[in-house]
Amino acid sequence: MNLDALRQRFGGSLREVTVFRGETTVTADRDVLLPLGRFLRDEPGFSFRFLSDLCAVDFHPAEPRFQVAYHLYAPATGCRLRVKVILGEADPVVDSVTGIWETADWHERECFDLFGILFRNHPDMRRILLPEEFEGHPLRKDFPLEGVTAP
Amino acid sequence: MSGKTLTLNLGPQHPSTHGVLRIVLELDGETVVDARPDIGFLHRGIEKLAESKTWHQVIVLTDRIDYLAAMSNNLAYVMAVEKLMAIEVPRRARYVRVALAELQRIASHLFWLGTHAHDLGAMTPLFYALREREVIMDIFESLAGSRLMPSFLRIGGLAADIDGRFAKSVLDFTETFPGRVDEYETLLTDNPIWKLRTKGVGVLDGESCLGLGISGPMLRGAGVDWDIRKSHPYSGYDEFHFEIPTGRAGDVYDRYLVRVREMRESARIARQAVEGLPGGEWIDAGSAAVFPPRHELKHNVAALIRHFGLVMEGITPPAGEVYHAIESPRGELGFYLVSDGGPKPLRLKVRAPSFVNLQGLVKMIRGRLLADVVAVIGAVDIVLAEVDR
Repeated sequence: MNLDALRQRFGGSLREVTVFRGETTVTADRDVLLPLGRFLRDEPGFSFRFLSDLCAVDFHPAEPRFQVAYHLYAPATGCRLRVKVILGEADPVVDSVTGIWETADWHERECFDLFGILFRNHPDMRRILLPEEFEGHPLRKDFPLEGVTAP
Repeated sequence: MSGKTLTLNLGPQHPSTHGVLRIVLELDGETVVDARPDIGFLHRGIEKLAESKTWHQVIVLTDRIDYLAAMSNNLAYVMAVEKLMAIEVPRRARYVRVALAELQRIASHLFWLGTHAHDLGAMTPLFYALREREVIMDIFESLAGSRLMPSFLRIGGLAADIDGRFAKSVLDFTETFPGRVDEYETLLTDNPIWKLRTKGVGVLDGESCLGLGISGPMLRGAGVDWDIRKSHPYSGYDEFHFEIPTGRAGDVYDRYLVRVREMRESARIARQAVEGLPGGEWIDAGSAAVFPPRHELKHNVAALIRHFGLVMEGITPPAGEVYHAIESPRGELGFYLVSDGGPKPLRLKVRAPSFVNLQGLVKMIRGRLLADVVAVIGAVDIVLAEVDR
């Protein structure tokens, strides 16, 4: 995986590229998520055709509060890559990647359900694990572990 | 097409949904026009719960994510923590883990085979499959004191060393097991009714599987030979000889063949692991994450204090994030851990193969008969506890 090619193509939109325990993480501006995703999927040498996982992390009370992490896998090369976007509490919205990786559909619904993160242009943005009437997003850090009953 | 459709509620209480899965089916006669899966009935908030537990306490939660493959879940989790803390696991422990993970794969596939065949009207395989699964459950029980929820793996190694009985019982089992698989195959592989119910049903090609994130036997049944044990060998899988069975058609029948052959390969691996079992340590005793030996607590105050600290405060892995995936019986099972350097995970995400694989269901059953829905659900091999977490 040639990270320089990625830097060249996306330059300043990549905020950070880190390697920890042999895992590469690219933190990108949310505005470039879709072009970045398409590039990573289609560009020879990257070909991340498989989205293993997509999930959110809440860093409350720190701000910016949320991060959405995309775990990519390239079956042809065996490489893995983590792409992250950072979202603030006031505007937890990011483009849906369902158009790039179909599997993102349920992952993004789960992310919305548990964290209240909205995915723009998602085909079916509703709760998936919790009942529709449920109030709040339980995996947020300010949601109590006990004391809330399901409606 | 009559143009008039009927809405049918399948589940959440229905034997063929293998747990509490609800599917709202739109039927035209017996043909499925559309389907809407409804999940979450078994959502226990395990990921939220994990954020309030110490890194060690999480191990017992992982058993409960997928109760048919608890050892695999233990393994994926402890390996992720070991990656985060850069712990080197002794070779002996790695071998035992492989043996246990493969026995677990066999047990899980046996349960799948029995119930799946039963769903499609073949009553007999269930009794045979559960007979062999019982032997594996007995092995787990003698080792860990528990059948379904062994929680036998620890960060850095195992909960205890294996005893002499373990090696013998695994060798005995793996000796007779291939003959047992022949028996199952006699009942099903060339059975014309079985073939009619499964061939050409629920077809999903390799390309669609990859797009949908589908992994494991479903993906390999469609001819893509991706198995994490080969592509990224963990826990010493590169030291064993085994094949990755694949299918071609990507239908229910090929998924059946793949899983049946996988059971044979798993028995081979488990046998190699026990025959070549190295001596030495079974846990990385020098690691900060490992509890002092039990017998030391009675006469060594430093060990007692350390034990107390590990129970009350827990370990503090460095801040950072890791993702570790293994090949569970159902596919890519991954744990994504985010640590802030504290004694509890800041975030624990389970990449559950059942959840992802189930997403392909609608594509597989649209336009098919209602009876095929049951065959397709069975062939996905979901565990609803893992889907809902």
